[in-house]
Amino acid sequence: MKRLLPGWVKWPQLDVPLLLGLLLLMTFGLFVLYSADGANMDTVNRQGVRMAVGLVALLVLSQVPPHILRIWTPWLFALGIVLLLATWVFGTGRATSRWLDLGLFRFQPSEIMKLAVPMMVAWYLHPRRLPPDVTSVLVSTAILLFPAVLIARQPDLGTALLVAISGGFALFLSGIRWRVILGIAGLTAAAAPALWFLMKDYQRQRVLTFLDPESDPLGSGWNIIQSKIAVGSGGVLGKGWLNGTQSRLEFIPERHTDFILAVLSEEFGLLGVLFLFAIYLFIAGRGLYVASMARTTYARLLAGSLSLTFFVYVLVNAGMVSGLLPVVGVPLPLISYGGTSIVTLLAGFGILMSIYGHRNFIR
Amino acid sequence: MIPRKLRNFRARHPIKDQVLEGRQFSQRAMTAFLIIALAIFLISLRYIYLQVISYDEYTTRSVSNQVRVVPVAPNRGLIYDRRGRPVAENRPAYRLEIVPEKVNELEAVIARLGLIIELPEDVLEKFENNRKRYRDFDSVPLKFNLTEEEVARFSVNRHRYDGVEVVPYLARHYPYGELLTHVLGYVGRLDVDDLNRVDEGNYRGTTHIGKSGLERYYENELHGNSGLEKIETNAQGRTLAVLEREAPVHGDDLILSLDVLVQQAAWEALGDRPGSVVAIDPNDGSVLAMVSKPAFDPNLFVHGISGEDYRSILNEPGRPLFNRALLGGYEPGSTIKPFIGLAGLELGVVDAEKQVFSSGRYFMPGQSRPYRDWKKGGHGWVNIYGAIEQSVNTYFYQLALDLGIDRIHDYLDQFGFGARTGLDLLGENSGVLPSRDWKRGRFSEPWYPGETVITGIGQGFNVVTPVQLANAVATLANGGSRYMPRLLYASKHAGHEQALKVYAPVIQQVPINDPANWDIIREGMRRVVHGDQGTARAIKPDSGLQIAGKSGTAQVAAQAEDEDMDDSTASHLRHHALFVAYAPFDNPSIVVATVVEHGGGGSREAAPITRAVIDSWLAQETER
Repeated sequence: MKRLLPGWVKWPQLDVPLLLGLLLLMTFGLFVLYSADGANMDTVNRQGVRMAVGLVALLVLSQVPPHILRIWTPWLFALGIVLLLATWVFGTGRATSRWLDLGLFRFQPSEIMKLAVPMMVAWYLHPRRLPPDVTSVLVSTAILLFPAVLIARQPDLGTALLVAISGGFALFLSGIRWRVILGIAGLTAAAAPALWFLMKDYQRQRVLTFLDPESDPLGSGWNIIQSKIAVGSGGVLGKGWLNGTQSRLEFIPERHTDFILAVLSEEFGLLGVLFLFAIYLFIAGRGLYVASMARTTYARLLAGSLSLTFFVYVLVNAGMVSGLLPVVGVPLPLISYGGTSIVTLLAGFGILMSIYGHRNFIR
Repeated sequence: MIPRKLRNFRARHPIKDQVLEGRQFSQRAMTAFLIIALAIFLISLRYIYLQVISYDEYTTRSVSNQVRVVPVAPNRGLIYDRRGRPVAENRPAYRLEIVPEKVNELEAVIARLGLIIELPEDVLEKFENNRKRYRDFDSVPLKFNLTEEEVARFSVNRHRYDGVEVVPYLARHYPYGELLTHVLGYVGRLDVDDLNRVDEGNYRGTTHIGKSGLERYYENELHGNSGLEKIETNAQGRTLAVLEREAPVHGDDLILSLDVLVQQAAWEALGDRPGSVVAIDPNDGSVLAMVSKPAFDPNLFVHGISGEDYRSILNEPGRPLFNRALLGGYEPGSTIKPFIGLAGLELGVVDAEKQVFSSGRYFMPGQSRPYRDWKKGGHGWVNIYGAIEQSVNTYFYQLALDLGIDRIHDYLDQFGFGARTGLDLLGENSGVLPSRDWKRGRFSEPWYPGETVITGIGQGFNVVTPVQLANAVATLANGGSRYMPRLLYASKHAGHEQALKVYAPVIQQVPINDPANWDIIREGMRRVVHGDQGTARAIKPDSGLQIAGKSGTAQVAAQAEDEDMDDSTASHLRHHALFVAYAPFDNPSIVVATVVEHGGGGSREAAPITRAVIDSWLAQETER
């Protein structure tokens, strides 16, 4: 096989279990999407194209050695910051300025930050002795907070938190002391009431609705109530593919994007949900395994934080759909319909593949 | 022993221990994995709670979730005559409805339905056309006005027809049938064209709409405002419970100025002759009767008329669909004479003393063509009284010529000739009041004096409708107030006791030079009935009631010289008979205009009908 190709082409070294996990997840996702959007093949096709683009990004990035990525990291981070600032000036999109129109396509600069922030923290901690000292912790915190604040002001609190968390994971994995972790957690808890005053009205409404959805069942509580009804009525075995009445009669809002898990729960039941969670846990666990095989600090921290962040998306989305968490705009990774998130996620896994493929090199 | 300097350097620039760090990292990664596994486990517990423990509750809610918002059609307002007799009512009936979404194979189900309920071709055709109005989960009416037997048969077999239901509704019914067709019009199935003239949202639950007559003219008032119901449906789409209800606002009830008994009197008096009778109260312009014959049964149209029935009505020789009272254009004939006479008096062209000799033939100066009197040998010397009493053409030939067409046009215009009366029905014919301008516009020809002569006796280009003629006479009778005649007397909002009277506006007040002139004309008209030579003396009441009237004959075919009309003339060539009257003479409360098509002479044919209408009205007035 190798001989058929020119000598300089290296057969990509991919982590097969991780790749299979991803493909299984995406296939399942397409089936759910087909049902969620009213048996609409167009939607499935468009999602398939995005997945293909994401997989190409995955393959390309898997061929870029981690030390090259490390060299580019500050530049990518800087680019992300510049673009975030640009959304202030040139942003488009309903009510909020998250999107940047580049003529050919529009994208959210905050997506870049989902990768760039953990990369930057990893880049910063890479040459330093770990566990990091107080200065390093403070600088890392500044690195992750600056873009998070910019994103929060768009306003997109959900993404801002996730970006901050992805940087936080890198810091956590670097081995900072538990005392420090508990201290930060305590500070965050103390700062939560202050956050309330910084929130916009609609964000506060979401929190209130989360606390008591039945207070406004036809208005803001509608999403949570209908989603819970869909999940609960799915039972253990589910109503069957394409047979979810909640989804077919359009009771579930955003049912092909943020609330697609409600459709899955209704049609595939608890077994479907647990199966999905198992795939996610497997992917995240495999990612952490790949991370621990890496030989450089940068690669380890980056791979680990990407895997953990990926799983945080699942936790937040699953919590939101089941009414455990307030409604925040976090998609179910690789299942929810939507372009940039899939490409970013697969690009992240491309980095993991690269780290896996170059695990034997020390640079 | 490491030199102190080096130790300090190392302290400041620690060397990374990759092996140690790798081990540390692996520990942290393992910790992290355990944390996320715990987190997903907790979330899984939540899903177990929702999907296992609360499964029953959420299943119920998901089922009851199939709550639908259904429009509730308001009840259509009822229509009463002026004495409170219902003339358009709502009767409970049943219709068959289908929810296409709930039916697996629509055509097969309809075919099976056909076994227990008769479904003719045109019913199915209308159903197909109508479906476009509805969304798939809406209930689409298939057949209206089911018989009791059909309802019973369906109820027994109901379990075999998911998505099909028998629904009670209120069907329009016209108890007087064809008697009031041309006044009330009728309601029919709402179709796509109708939606262009109404607010579609307000008609979501409505199946019928006013298609003609008052039902159409007062559609907005009669229809009311649609309400909403939130209903709970089971998996088959059947209604289980009403959760919320926003009541519809029912349509207004209408009270007509029309009197059914007067209408009936006119209807019966006309017999089976085609024609029209319009009666107006000259005191306020309210319409007391409006008959056009022949007519048809409006109830046929309510449930969707079959093509066969419709064609037979359409092809009937008497044209029953044609509303003669409003659209029929007739020559006024001699009924115009009182107005010409009044013009002559008011404009000072003649006075009461002026006498004209009628020899039976009138010649225009320098012309040899004779204009004839209706009586051979003429009437001798007559003044204005006699001219009206005996309907002396010669008098009016001369008067018309003296007035000239311009003054005739301008004076008669004030009485509403040649213009729509503005009655509250659609499609009124404006008739023709000829003038020089009119003729130039119509024929590109100048006006000839000979045409002025015949205009004086209501022939030539003059065209009036029965409504117009009645309204003009009412204006004459009440001393010059030209009302916009009204069929609607009052309306009553749903849920209100008090009916609100509708006042007919006065369009024009005809200027009066000398009231005595008006009295002269009215006296002439009284003599038509009460004078020894009166053309309609045959209808003079014995009771002492005084009636003022005027007969008229409208030419249908040009009559050759010296050829007389008699009963042997083929009926379609016979002239139209006209008669106008008002009574009581001193204090008129009714004006009647009667047209009998191909009736022959106005006095003989139309006058007795008019008398019957007047009697009927006055009998009721005294009763009250």
